Amino acid sequence: MVIFSVYVVNKAGGLIYQYDNYVPRTEVEKTFSYPLDLVLKHHDEKVVVSFGQRDGIRVGHAVLSINGVDVIGKNTSDGKDILEYLKDPANYPVSIRFGRARLSSNEKLMLASMFHSLFAIGSQLSPEVGSSGIEMLETDVFKLHCFQTLTGIKFIVLADPRQSGIDALLRKIYEIYSDFALKNPFYSLEMPIRCELFDQNLKSALEVAEKAGNFGTGS
Amino acid sequence: MSRQSNRATDSKKMNSELFTLTYGALVTQLCKDYENDEEVNKQLDKMGYNIGVRLIEDFLARSSIGRCQDFRETADVIAKVAFKMYLGITPSVTNWSPAGDEFSLILENNPLVDFVELPDNHSALIYSNLLCGVLRGALEMVQMAVDVKFAQDTLRGDSVTEIRMKFIKRIEENLPAGDDQHIYIASVGLNAS
Repeated sequence: MVIFSVYVVNKAGGLIYQYDNYVPRTEVEKTFSYPLDLVLKHHDEKVVVSFGQRDGIRVGHAVLSINGVDVIGKNTSDGKDILEYLKDPANYPVSIRFGRARLSSNEKLMLASMFHSLFAIGSQLSPEVGSSGIEMLETDVFKLHCFQTLTGIKFIVLADPRQSGIDALLRKIYEIYSDFALKNPFYSLEMPIRCELFDQNLKSALEVAEKAGNFGTGS
Repeated sequence: MSRQSNRATDSKKMNSELFTLTYGALVTQLCKDYENDEEVNKQLDKMGYNIGVRLIEDFLARSSIGRCQDFRETADVIAKVAFKMYLGITPSVTNWSPAGDEFSLILENNPLVDFVELPDNHSALIYSNLLCGVLRGALEMVQMAVDVKFAQDTLRGDSVTEIRMKFIKRIEENLPAGDDQHIYIASVGLNAS
């Protein structure tokens, strides 16, 4: 599993398709006794760790569930504030599951349009004339590949840095888009893609790309 | 990367008679519905436009054609690649205006009119007007506003079928990022030619 996700952004910068192919799970469950040796804080409707990284629980991880019951935003399942709840010694020992909070669809939408602007800034910053926007963005753990068509649609693939064959995959996704979204008469242009056939074909293209993309040497 | 073998959408060859007969049925139905040739022409153009804005993506995805640097290149791509791909014909490009912003496509054998004889009461009907809409819609998606119309039509007694295309302007508001310099090149290309 080396292709993480696929985004399609229309020419206005709106996210019209998103698919998570593989989400690495980094969740840790641990039982704590009073007093809690982690510092938690409210952040963006979530309760996250702000200090006290240990045992795979990292700063930025959010509280996902308490005693096996999922939390709702910054409240426990029965509506109490999590921070208040954890201040009370009577509630201990308590088992808390931490993990990176998933991006909500709203956040994905925001990030996609931010990338759209970043792409434009990228081409404007260029010291040479005739530069495209951002085609690739590399980090320690993933590479973002972006392909913009002549009509202004962006196809974005997040993949393992060692995954090869992404350029071919991006072209392939463009073909799938032109076939199964645009040739579907009931799909309206620029709108979110909700087409079964598009999903299916995209998934099989990702599988093929993952198998074919040789993983450097030795694997 | 290995390609999937059983792709359902490999560009299939199909009998062009089914296509021309379907188009004929469409036009006759429009003639019944509107009883006014002008209105039929307008509807055909509108339908063509809606086809063109979708077809362009198919064309670009399949042909791996890059951005055209000037209108002459655009004309070549339309005639030699696009018409070939979708209608199986290669119109000739002629009658360039001195400014290089206007040209004609001469269609030797328009597949849409294979079996058509235009009746006398439809003298104003531009039978293949769908093509104009397709061209206009497709070019609009690559940020070119172009005026497309039939200048001559063998169906109406002319010796050839001629589609006249006139470049109006670059549609700059939806130009994708990173393509600004092409406006410059395109306008230089226009002036030089």
